[in-house]
Amino acid sequence: MHMADALISPAVGAAMWTATAGLIVFSSKKVKQAADDRKVPLMGVLGAFIFAAQMINFSIPATGSSGHLGGGLILAILLGPYAAFLVMASVLMVQALFFGDGGLLALGCNIFNLGFFSCFIAYPLIYRKIVGDKPTQGKIVAGALAAGIIGLQLGAFGVVLETVFSGISELPFKTFLLLMQPIHLAIGIVEGMVTAAVVMFVYQARPEILSAVSRFKPIGQLDLKKVIVGFLLAAVFIGGGLSWFASSHPDGLEWAMFKTSGKEELESRDQMHTVLAAVQEKTAFMPDYGFKNTEVASTSEPEVKPAWPAIDFGTSLAGFVGGGLIFLIIFLIGFGFRRREVIT
Amino acid sequence: MGYAVFQMSHHIVEASNLHYNYPDGTMGLNGISFRITHGESVALVGENGAGKSTLLLHLNGYLSARQGTIRIGDYPVSTKNLDSVRRCVGMVFQNSDDQLFMPTVFDDVAFGPMNLGLEKQDVEQKVVQALETVNAIHLKHRPPYRLSQGEKKSVAIATVLAMSPDILVMDEPTSSLDPTSRKRLIGLLKSFAHTKIIATHDLDMAMDVCERTIVLHQGRITADGPTMKLLRDENLLHQSSLEKPLRMQHCPVCALAKKK
Amino acid sequence: MNNIGRNYFDIGYMDTLAQGDSWLHQLDPRAKVITTLLFIMAVVSFGKYTIWAFIPFFLYPVFLIAAGGLPGGYLFKKVLLVSPFAILLGIFNPLLDREIFLLIGTIGISGGWVSFGSILLRFVLTVTGALLLVALTGFNPVCEALRKLGVPKPFVIQLMFFYRYLFVLTDEAQRMERARALRSFHSGFMKYRTFVSVLGHLLLRTLDRAERIYYAMCCRGFDGQIHRLTSMKSSLRDFSFVIIWLGLFSVFRIYNVPEELGGWVMRCFR
Repeated sequence: MHMADALISPAVGAAMWTATAGLIVFSSKKVKQAADDRKVPLMGVLGAFIFAAQMINFSIPATGSSGHLGGGLILAILLGPYAAFLVMASVLMVQALFFGDGGLLALGCNIFNLGFFSCFIAYPLIYRKIVGDKPTQGKIVAGALAAGIIGLQLGAFGVVLETVFSGISELPFKTFLLLMQPIHLAIGIVEGMVTAAVVMFVYQARPEILSAVSRFKPIGQLDLKKVIVGFLLAAVFIGGGLSWFASSHPDGLEWAMFKTSGKEELESRDQMHTVLAAVQEKTAFMPDYGFKNTEVASTSEPEVKPAWPAIDFGTSLAGFVGGGLIFLIIFLIGFGFRRREVIT
Repeated sequence: MGYAVFQMSHHIVEASNLHYNYPDGTMGLNGISFRITHGESVALVGENGAGKSTLLLHLNGYLSARQGTIRIGDYPVSTKNLDSVRRCVGMVFQNSDDQLFMPTVFDDVAFGPMNLGLEKQDVEQKVVQALETVNAIHLKHRPPYRLSQGEKKSVAIATVLAMSPDILVMDEPTSSLDPTSRKRLIGLLKSFAHTKIIATHDLDMAMDVCERTIVLHQGRITADGPTMKLLRDENLLHQSSLEKPLRMQHCPVCALAKKK
Repeated sequence: MNNIGRNYFDIGYMDTLAQGDSWLHQLDPRAKVITTLLFIMAVVSFGKYTIWAFIPFFLYPVFLIAAGGLPGGYLFKKVLLVSPFAILLGIFNPLLDREIFLLIGTIGISGGWVSFGSILLRFVLTVTGALLLVALTGFNPVCEALRKLGVPKPFVIQLMFFYRYLFVLTDEAQRMERARALRSFHSGFMKYRTFVSVLGHLLLRTLDRAERIYYAMCCRGFDGQIHRLTSMKSSLRDFSFVIIWLGLFSVFRIYNVPEELGGWVMRCFR
């Protein structure tokens, strides 16, 4: 399931982009080091395969719903984790750009949720461990099923965490978790089964293809761990930093203001507070997440549940009127700049 | 090195007693010998699975024979001089989509010359020249997936021409072309002075372009001689799952047309 | 047309749009990539109850669609059809957050509906931003721009191959699916066994194709490196494009333009 730009905060988006960008750089380096010329076209073409394969649906018996291949796991089996991660990233990128699936800021989250867990966790730590060096049908099925389920459970958990941390959706953590994990158990089983079946198909038709890949050395474990921990730390740091920057009490000044000044004074829009709030509003790139919005923040006491709405007739009506006017202006501008549609 | 190859005066292609088996044990080639001299145009015909494509893959060292040798010019084809062999032998694939892999036609034609390490101006000049030769210069900035089959084939040939090869090897160049594109391609091929080796089922094209034909059957050469002579031999053609070129069949309509 | 066919057509159409020749199409791809990212960052940086402040941001898509000669209706439909995840999750907001947050006239609107509306606006803006980038630039120039902006080469190269063969493989998958559909008389999706076989064959063909491409590359002297002759030059126009939008986004971000304007208008009429 794709995270969407509409649901994430800049802090979460930036943190996940940091982790993802780091992994892309790292994987690119690894792919370059491996210097396997054959992989240059193979990666791209397999990406196109996954893209096409995702559009082919099959009916899941007795449910009336349909399933399709996700792709991260099968890519890892065919290409190894680094190349597979890059390919998965590009599949998601094309989906974001052409179909608007997710969006560009959420792309970092999506690549991480769907690429990282299947390529760097499920494949090396589960699939490889179960299948080992001498693949049999039973091992491949067991390995793919376990890896598919765990990969998607982690991915779904990622979506839940990212959504909850972003705070745009009202869904509480527990409810959302209970909603997402079971759905993704089903999706994970489908993914594992399809992956196993397709791998078996290739294995029976052309065993030499898979044996070439399974000779691949399961990456210097230590190396990978260090790098992943590094990226996660960086991501947490950046995410944390940004959300601190965006938090409602960046320096305690504003908070102290609330504490010391009386409610009446605030409601009468004390001159100094207005100035300060304006300064804060203008300097902070990120908004106040803790409060409903700055209007609310400035008129309600911090001890009171900040969700309590402050109804400001003036502002909302002004917004309504001004918004309508601006819409009109924008469309007039658009009309003015309108170019004859060359392609119809 | 490339320069030395370019200067070679006799671009002979010589195969002696080639044997090849596929990894699964299928027999591909079973004792193939021939000699093609400079400027010759040779059609390679035979039923599906006769070994035409397998033979072509040997000509620039993609597959290496279990037994026997191939010489291109002065070099035996071996891993050691693969580079010079590949510069000398230009290969046009059956499916142009496999051959056109870069984002634009220009990039694609430039791919080979860039790998030769040429200067930027020289690369550009080669690209323009090659595209002009195949009348495709107007497609320069188009991405390959936006070309028709005929255009793709022309560009695929240009990608090979840009490497200035001495020998052109083609696998089914006329398949999947409409009649007009096919006719244009035949005209183009006739205008090349290169040594040409063309695997095909299109015997009419073979008649037009190639003076010599080699017939393959089950990995062996069953006939090798002037095209006009072999294509009249109905026994031979039947044995190799082939049919007389349409032009040589006595069709009533043509006969009528001739009388008029 | 089946599902694959529709998607195939869709990508092809977006690619066709990118072949346009407006001045926006001719801008340095880097300028467009950067502006798109600035736009999305500015939009998502608003608090969850923002509604009015988003409206000035529509200037960006409307302007690009108008000046780029793009079919607005098509893009709008595309945005509406996009995966409904955001809407699915957003629709919970009105259920969970019922306190009255906003009054327009005498109608009270709960915080949940406001934040849901905010999610929809964000959604339309960010998705349109991403689609417009590709429709005005094309995928390969976007990759080229990413390369120039420091994205590692192996990743960009494989993006390039991916996009090239996306058309070939989607077409192939579509033909296989069509051949299957024509011979299976029950409607609906394929059975699991068929699915595995279709996918398996498609994968085998893909692997063979990759091998042939590799061979074609070797025939032309491929040595593991892809060299390309591309130059990207930025002109004053490209810089000003980024700067002007950056300026506008900052103004829209800092000042709540609709509220200020509305307040002013209302004062005038009072």
